[in-house]
Amino acid sequence: MDINDLRSLITVLGLTCFLGICFWAYSKRARAGFDEAALLPFTDDDAPMPHGGRQAKEG
Amino acid sequence: MQSQATYNYKVVRQFSIMTVVWGIVGMLVGVIIAAQLVWPELNVAEWFHFGRLRPLHTNAVIFAFGGCALFATSYFVVQRTCHTTLFAPGLAAFTFWGWQLVIVLAAITLPLGITSSKEYAELEWPIDILVAVVWVSYAIVFFGTIAKRKTSHIYVANWFFGAFILTVALLHIVNSAALPVTLTKSYSAYAGVQDAMVQWWYGHNAVGFFLTAGFLGMMYYFVPKQAERPVYSYRLSVVHFWALIFTYMWAGSHHLHYTALPDWTQSVGMVFSLILLAPSWGGMINGIMTLSGAWHKLRTDPILKFLITALSFYGMSTFEGPMMSIKTVNALSHYTDWTVGHVHSGALGWVAMISIGSMYYLLPRMYGRTEMYSTGLINAHFWIATIGIVLYIASMWIAGVMQGLMWRATNPDGTLTYSFVESVKASYPFWSIRLAGGVLFLTGMLIMFYNMVKTMAGHRAYDAPVVLPAAAHA
Repeated sequence: MDINDLRSLITVLGLTCFLGICFWAYSKRARAGFDEAALLPFTDDDAPMPHGGRQAKEG
Repeated sequence: MQSQATYNYKVVRQFSIMTVVWGIVGMLVGVIIAAQLVWPELNVAEWFHFGRLRPLHTNAVIFAFGGCALFATSYFVVQRTCHTTLFAPGLAAFTFWGWQLVIVLAAITLPLGITSSKEYAELEWPIDILVAVVWVSYAIVFFGTIAKRKTSHIYVANWFFGAFILTVALLHIVNSAALPVTLTKSYSAYAGVQDAMVQWWYGHNAVGFFLTAGFLGMMYYFVPKQAERPVYSYRLSVVHFWALIFTYMWAGSHHLHYTALPDWTQSVGMVFSLILLAPSWGGMINGIMTLSGAWHKLRTDPILKFLITALSFYGMSTFEGPMMSIKTVNALSHYTDWTVGHVHSGALGWVAMISIGSMYYLLPRMYGRTEMYSTGLINAHFWIATIGIVLYIASMWIAGVMQGLMWRATNPDGTLTYSFVESVKASYPFWSIRLAGGVLFLTGMLIMFYNMVKTMAGHRAYDAPVVLPAAAHA
């Protein structure tokens, strides 16, 4: 086995790995987690609160 | 429920303000070199020559303007979506001052002609070492913050920011490997065509990870936030992420078509560049379709206009890029102004527009407000910038295709139809239009600066309290 077989193997493994990720991403099993993760930007309101926050010490 | 701790907004605030400041500086240098092409008399001194100011322009807009925007937004997004403060805030402060020092050193050394002559990696070895130290600190702060997150998931924006930070560290360290001979002079560790390949492996992935992955991180947070709805398809964003990661690394050799690089290596670069169209457009569609059902917001919200127009330009330039990587197209476009137009469609249209939109979201929140001082001025900025970009890229397209056609034209006896200087002469009108486009874009940034100062005036710097994730209680 010369080095080029190893190079081909890496390419095939890379493609398999990527296709695996695609199947996983579109599987039913991943859906609940994704739905939860998609809401992460909305888990807190970042509108400044008049009393909740703190004025920074710097000017 | 609310704890007493507050997010580390100070470093976000500092980077945000410097984004606007360096944006103005970098684009001003761009306007100066555009004017030097129209009026060569403006090349008044060695240190003020086009050849020395051009790398100053590229470094300032990519690493100073773009870099500060990426630091600011990644530090903001990682804290907010992980519901925790920054890991090692002292180190985060070091990344700010260290990065500013890098920029100042670049602004001094490049006009003095101190350069390694590698495009987008011109800085000499002592500055390269400083960049590496700052970047590793950045990685420690960012990944440390992810490690201490209070949420179970890592939001997709952080995946993009993380990939950008890791890959840029790898690219910078490998491509900057050099043998120093004096304090200001070094020689690359690579030679000949290997040096060229390493350089464009770096150069193209700087586009792919610095100018794309990082700004996609911005897109995946600020578009949903401003549209007030979650991203169109989260699973598409996962496939988008991995497809970009698996593909980008192999496309760099398209910068070396018809050179001493082996032919098969050029073809590999071309094929992977063509494949890149799919994930790029997947990401663009994912971003734009986030507005699905809320299109009316585009009419009234100039921040959304910036963000969505940025995505449109991203789609345009990621269509143009694969097309230009096709060898036969490249034979016409390479070394012409078409390339310059393509780069600016990406840099002004995508990178600058998405950063400006994100900054308009971020800046008021850094001062305890929800909106900028003037929404009308944001709108004015949007239209002036958009017209500026259109003038810029349309003139460069025409000039580029014209140059390509003139350079390849031959007479029946095989001699060249045009001398090089004839193509220069024919380019003049388009270089003037480009200058006008650049002036407009810079004017937009000056309006932004005024708006920023008025937003800050009379308001104290504000640090928001750390909130436990609401979903955890639901």
